[in-house]
Amino acid sequence: MPGASVSIRDVVVTYPGADRRAVDDVSLEVPAGEFVVFLGPSGCGKSTLLRTINRLVVPDAGEIFVDGNDVRGASPETLRRGIGYVIQAVGLFPHMSVAKNIGVVPELLGWEPARIDARVDELLALVALDPARYRTRLPRELSGGEAQRIGVARALAAEPRVLLMDEPFGAVDALVRTSLQDETKRIHRALGTTIFFVTHDVDEALRIADRIVVMNAGKIVQADTPLHVLARPATPYVEALLDTRDTVRRLSLLRVSDALSQSERSPGDAPAIAADATLREALALLLAGSTQLAVADRNGAFVDFASIRAALAASAAAA
Amino acid sequence: MIANASGFFVGLHVEDLGVRLAQHLLIVGIALAVAFAIALPLGVLAARNDRVRGPLLAALGVVYTLPSLAVFALLIPVFGLGLVTTEIALVGYAQMILVRNIVAGLQAVPAPMRDAARGLGMTDAQIFAKIDVPQALPLVIGGLRLAAVATISIATLAGKIDAGGLGALLFAGLDRDDPSRIVTGSLAAAALAIGVDAILRRIERVAIERAR
Repeated sequence: MPGASVSIRDVVVTYPGADRRAVDDVSLEVPAGEFVVFLGPSGCGKSTLLRTINRLVVPDAGEIFVDGNDVRGASPETLRRGIGYVIQAVGLFPHMSVAKNIGVVPELLGWEPARIDARVDELLALVALDPARYRTRLPRELSGGEAQRIGVARALAAEPRVLLMDEPFGAVDALVRTSLQDETKRIHRALGTTIFFVTHDVDEALRIADRIVVMNAGKIVQADTPLHVLARPATPYVEALLDTRDTVRRLSLLRVSDALSQSERSPGDAPAIAADATLREALALLLAGSTQLAVADRNGAFVDFASIRAALAASAAAA
Repeated sequence: MIANASGFFVGLHVEDLGVRLAQHLLIVGIALAVAFAIALPLGVLAARNDRVRGPLLAALGVVYTLPSLAVFALLIPVFGLGLVTTEIALVGYAQMILVRNIVAGLQAVPAPMRDAARGLGMTDAQIFAKIDVPQALPLVIGGLRLAAVATISIATLAGKIDAGGLGALLFAGLDRDDPSRIVTGSLAAAALAIGVDAILRRIERVAIERAR
């Protein structure tokens, strides 16, 4: 089921007893199917803003629409059953098997047991876990990465059109984290679900976002594509938070296909690189001692230092 | 007689034992059922409300520390001799243990787990039934076990005020200077306590296994 558009309008949240607003008059239009990342330090309001979308937090002012419908239009439970929700691994219910955990929302919605079973198998396959091996396991028998995959599967069970992910990979180690990010991206491409993802990890945000929403002190400071945020930081705060002068970081967002150059010379025995590899990877290969790299399946095309520099300049200009 | 091992069993007073045991179980069963029915809402309220929790547990703690004989003595002028006085006293004693454990069990449910449940669209009642209860169950059953053992023991006093039970056997023995009744009543009460403790311990272990 494709994603829904989400419209956040003039939302204000003040926690009781707090001396300043947790979310301070925030507006954001999110088209259907976008992968939005709320990025910022703890206390910037990113989690609170996320939680207003499924009414876990009720704004003091402002409105939120999902597919044009005010989120206050139905009961909070009905709204939440239609919106996926993933938190850190502790959110799995330890007294329920993997299948029971994944089946929570379908069960709340009153699906037939056979339909739930089939859906559980489908979702385990989607998150790359063997249904036969995993459906009867208990959460304590899972690794951190596996538990998080189950968390994602559970959130997707009733085919939500919006998925909320609140620092979902904060508790897993770096290597597993990267593969979970790739999985999430892949699932996003496959399903087209609108995803809101909260993180304080800059590299994570750059890696997965269609659009990064940088937040500070309850306000949106900048909302743009990863490349644009890096190339044109709106404020010194964004510049510092993302360390935008680190151009190598920006190279990780550009592809070899962005920096193709046609060779007069024959590439000869230049090492090969895939067209969809990042320019950061290309740079690493060049630094290892080549003057140019032959791009696989693009006859005659190559990348070298000059073409990478040109691509970097072009990306800044485009931004 | 007690020193004589062969005479020991011969001397046990068994003719009343079945009836007294049944009475005792009934007294304890009613007390625990009523006590739990009261403790559950109190415990849920105290777990959710910081302002209720402190005073409530303090008040129940005071009841718990009163000497049981004194409580019976205070209740008899109002409720007379018999089952009602016994049950009121037993229910009062069990409250402290039950409420304290219900509160501890509910408060031990991790906040993120409840947050996930709410975020997935469970109602408050569903969160209670599907998350809080299974998670809190080991501590709640542990409380029931402690309360059961204490109640079995205190319920022997019922025999003194015409409510029957194993205490009746015991006190009859004391009155008539009949060691066989005393020994039978005491042993049966102890065996009952140990048996109930063992059964509930087993159930508690299953609950722990399922809640992890």
